[in-house]
Amino acid sequence: MLTQEQAARAFPDEVVTRAVTRLVRVAGLARPVALITIDNGHDHTRPSTFGPQSLVSLNAAFDTAIAAEPAAIAVTGKPFIFAVGADLSGVEQVASRESALDIARTGHEVFRRFTDSTIPTFAFVNGAVMGGGLELALSCHYRTLSDNTAAIAFPEVFLGLFPGWGGTQLLPNLIGPDAAVTVIFENALSQNRMLKPKQAADLGITDVLLGSADFIEQSLAWAAGVVNGEVSVRRADIDRGAGWDAAVERAKGIVQGRTKGASPGALKALELLELARANDLDAGYAAETEALTDVLMTDELRAGLYSFNLVQKRAKRPAGAPDKSLARPVTKVGIVGAGLMAGQMALLFARQLKVPVVLTDIDQSRVDKGVDYVHTEIDKLGAKGRLSPDGVNRLKALVSGSLDKSAFADADFVIEAVFEELGVKQRVFAEVEAHVSAECVLATNTSSLSVTDMAAGLAHPERVVGFHFFNPVAVMPLLEIIRAERTDDAALATAFAVGKALKKSCVLVKDAPAFVVNRLLTRFMGEVVTAIDEGTPFEVADRATDPLGLPMSPLVLLQLVGPAVALHVAETMHHAYPDRFPLSANLRRFVEAGKTAVWQWDAEGKQTMDPEVAALWQAGRNPLTAPEVLDRVLDGVAEEIRVMLDEGVVAEAQDIDLCLILGAGWPFWLGGITPYLDRTDVSDRVHGKPFLPPGVASVPA
Amino acid sequence: MAATRDVAFVDGVRTPFGKAGPKGIYAETRADDLIVKVIRELLRRHPGLPPERVDEVAVAATTQIGDQGLTIGRTAALLAGLPKSVPGFAIDRMCAGAMTAVTTTASGIAFGAYDVVIAGGVEHMGRHPMGEGVDPNPRIVADKLVDPTALVMGQTAENVHDRFPHLTKQRCDEYAARSQEKFADAVKTGKIGPELVPVAIRSTELGWGLATEDEPPRPGTTVETLATLKTPFRPHGRVTAGNAAGLNDGATGCVLAEVNTARELGLPVGMRLVGYSFAGVEPEVMGIGPVPATEQALSRFGLSISDIGLFEVNEAFAVQVLAFLDHFGIADDDPRVNPWGGAIACGHPLASSGVRLMTQLSRQFAERPDVRYGLTTMCIGIGMGGSVIWENPNWDGSK
Repeated sequence: MLTQEQAARAFPDEVVTRAVTRLVRVAGLARPVALITIDNGHDHTRPSTFGPQSLVSLNAAFDTAIAAEPAAIAVTGKPFIFAVGADLSGVEQVASRESALDIARTGHEVFRRFTDSTIPTFAFVNGAVMGGGLELALSCHYRTLSDNTAAIAFPEVFLGLFPGWGGTQLLPNLIGPDAAVTVIFENALSQNRMLKPKQAADLGITDVLLGSADFIEQSLAWAAGVVNGEVSVRRADIDRGAGWDAAVERAKGIVQGRTKGASPGALKALELLELARANDLDAGYAAETEALTDVLMTDELRAGLYSFNLVQKRAKRPAGAPDKSLARPVTKVGIVGAGLMAGQMALLFARQLKVPVVLTDIDQSRVDKGVDYVHTEIDKLGAKGRLSPDGVNRLKALVSGSLDKSAFADADFVIEAVFEELGVKQRVFAEVEAHVSAECVLATNTSSLSVTDMAAGLAHPERVVGFHFFNPVAVMPLLEIIRAERTDDAALATAFAVGKALKKSCVLVKDAPAFVVNRLLTRFMGEVVTAIDEGTPFEVADRATDPLGLPMSPLVLLQLVGPAVALHVAETMHHAYPDRFPLSANLRRFVEAGKTAVWQWDAEGKQTMDPEVAALWQAGRNPLTAPEVLDRVLDGVAEEIRVMLDEGVVAEAQDIDLCLILGAGWPFWLGGITPYLDRTDVSDRVHGKPFLPPGVASVPA
Repeated sequence: MAATRDVAFVDGVRTPFGKAGPKGIYAETRADDLIVKVIRELLRRHPGLPPERVDEVAVAATTQIGDQGLTIGRTAALLAGLPKSVPGFAIDRMCAGAMTAVTTTASGIAFGAYDVVIAGGVEHMGRHPMGEGVDPNPRIVADKLVDPTALVMGQTAENVHDRFPHLTKQRCDEYAARSQEKFADAVKTGKIGPELVPVAIRSTELGWGLATEDEPPRPGTTVETLATLKTPFRPHGRVTAGNAAGLNDGATGCVLAEVNTARELGLPVGMRLVGYSFAGVEPEVMGIGPVPATEQALSRFGLSISDIGLFEVNEAFAVQVLAFLDHFGIADDDPRVNPWGGAIACGHPLASSGVRLMTQLSRQFAERPDVRYGLTTMCIGIGMGGSVIWENPNWDGSK
């Protein structure tokens, strides 16, 4: 066990979660219960975490508890929070294997005392419980759960880690391997899905669900019942044979499907799940300690933590955004265009801003169709129980259509989603400007046109911003907000305020062709297409990027985006940067032939190539190997990012990574992409230096 | 016109009482949480009562600010998990808040407007000291409506001493020491305790704890030690911290039901309401309030003082209890009066005390089939008294 001095040295900036033991008399028990409270001294917005000093404190509190020879030992948290796991900022600072080993070992040492105790131990899970917090709860003999608990999860695998303070061994042996796979793998790799209290109780993670109004009181009464034998606790029978085999197979499928084997933490979790079958804590914990130490020292994990911080922190405080006090209130929104994209935007604006939204289009039938789409979607939300009947009425009343743009007269924010042609958009803005106030923000959802050009010719170009959503609008968390040459701070601040109110993560982008995500994906795809054009077989080129573990292969992505859209963006990019963005005659033929996909799948899911695509594609005679394709793709991406940073498209490489994580779903273990380019020396090869200082998204030297 | 219906006091519970102030057990516990635990415990103890059958939740608090504000009867009902269809309100009659919550809702039951209600009170004098935020009308002083001492309860108690010189400090101290002793005995024999709701108490320093017993009592208090205490309200006065109730935190609550409804739901009948009265007196001697209130209640409902077999008199001040007993010719140490001790020992969180008196009386009724009628009475700030007469359903005329 660490001493207090060693713990303080290991992580001097730790926000220490202090554990204190208090003896409480409980009806029905002759001896008191030793109730340990863990509390970092902040309110619920800074949940309690475990760093080395916190673990030392918990260890001491356990000593105090044992010394009192209590009837039971119970541990609970501050209001609304039990504990949310290891202090990740401490992990980021770990530079040596010895320190990593200390983290792995200390958690086990302290938590296991609750498991090995001859006095019954209880966790009163009174609020948010994640990671190491859940492992502490699992280490106790019994658990109660408050019915208002906001978050219950093992997010480790999502971060590139695994539950390494007992979680991989305790959970499957408590609730069975299949349910454990759901919690440890499936939920973690589904955008870190949380369990609801009832789900957690039904899975058997906790023994009893109690009301939040008198949770501690009822937990103590329940614990007294367990201790004096009045309450018996049922536990699941564990299938250690075929059931365990099936669960491991299911976990492997999930890990393969979601990470392509690119995340070391997920792979270690698979091994540990298999090991847990023997239910031997000595062996299991030894393996966890070893594996945790290994994973803590990987750059993949550090990139995962970097990604997590980008999403949790940087996304909430966009770099370069103007002071939010400059934002003007938005009490009504206009949308030009009533197509699918416009309808999706209308629904989002109405749901999140709860202000009137008016759609316009060029004829009444389009307007009606657009409004009808939104109203139908609102009804669907009502049918699913996501909106109350009153809520449905409210939202439907907010969304209306008008042929006449004078309906925008009192709007504060008008966004266009019309055909991607500069002249059309300029005309639309000019028409809108004739009706709206001088302060009304005019936003464009263009994916590749120049926002500055769009504002040219307006009386008030300073109110024009780019507001680039990703498809599907309701789901994709990223919003690229584009400052054109003449955009003023008030308009920009209003755009950021609206973006935040829409619950999007906003990134400030300069008005440059295709902004961030589309530009990089176009470069990425362009390199793959060029390799195919030069003679690389489709299969080889499309599989070349598998080692990255991206959500989909390049040609499947092409299908999802739509080849026509991809070609349009590619042409824009070619126009701006002909050297780096060549045009593929094959891709144009492919689009002109009306093709939407390279691959086709039979009833059994077997992938084959569309023979018509094979026929129209005129390939060269210089095939590359998959590693060569990958190098080429990565070099291209690295080059493009460097150009973008030099152009000042975004403030820092971090913003590029944030955009790729949130806008393209690029994985945490790549850190977006620049940490991966740095650690695989691509950055060095292309520019002679890394994008990020060492230690930012890698193990510090 | 609706016929009058019988009202049953089903059951009452309370939190342990705490000492007000930063060192008290409830220093970091909210007032609304205290009453919430009480309501939940009542429902838990009576699973036969479907929560949606509760027709009203009346909660008293003297200082209706902050966590005692926001229509606490309604918010406490919501926080306790009662269905949203159950209404609630806040009520205030200073020390007799919970008593008034009971009499008001009981009247509604008798009239036929309710079948089942929850009535109670809460006062967190640590978070809300007496007089917090008050703004007395200047005419009270300018027009000499009341004596300036009327708003300081300790001074009104000194005024009662002035009016009844034979109620000496010595008699008050003897009464106070007896209250402590009786209370300690009642705790020891398990008379006090079953009605308590354990309350989780948080301390940033010490972590979570559990309040399971009253904090104010000082068992072993003697007349000699009481004699040494200061008289903070007057130099060489008579009222001390020892012969008065302290400043306290706590909550109480009870279930009342129309008698047939109680039977239908399988709820016990702890007491039957006979009648009640409130009466005003000069505010500067508010302690004598129980005298006219009781006279009025007895005469209105056709009883005499000799019909009353048990008295639960709130002990805001010993002198005020003695003034009551003196008026009715009852001895200072009559065993029918506060047999389990009183507020001098366990504390008096203003608006909550009325239901404590009733809860204790109903528990005494259960043990005393020889007693037919009991009285709960208390003095009330700004010059009032309240008295409620109850009948013992266990009364057996042959005993």
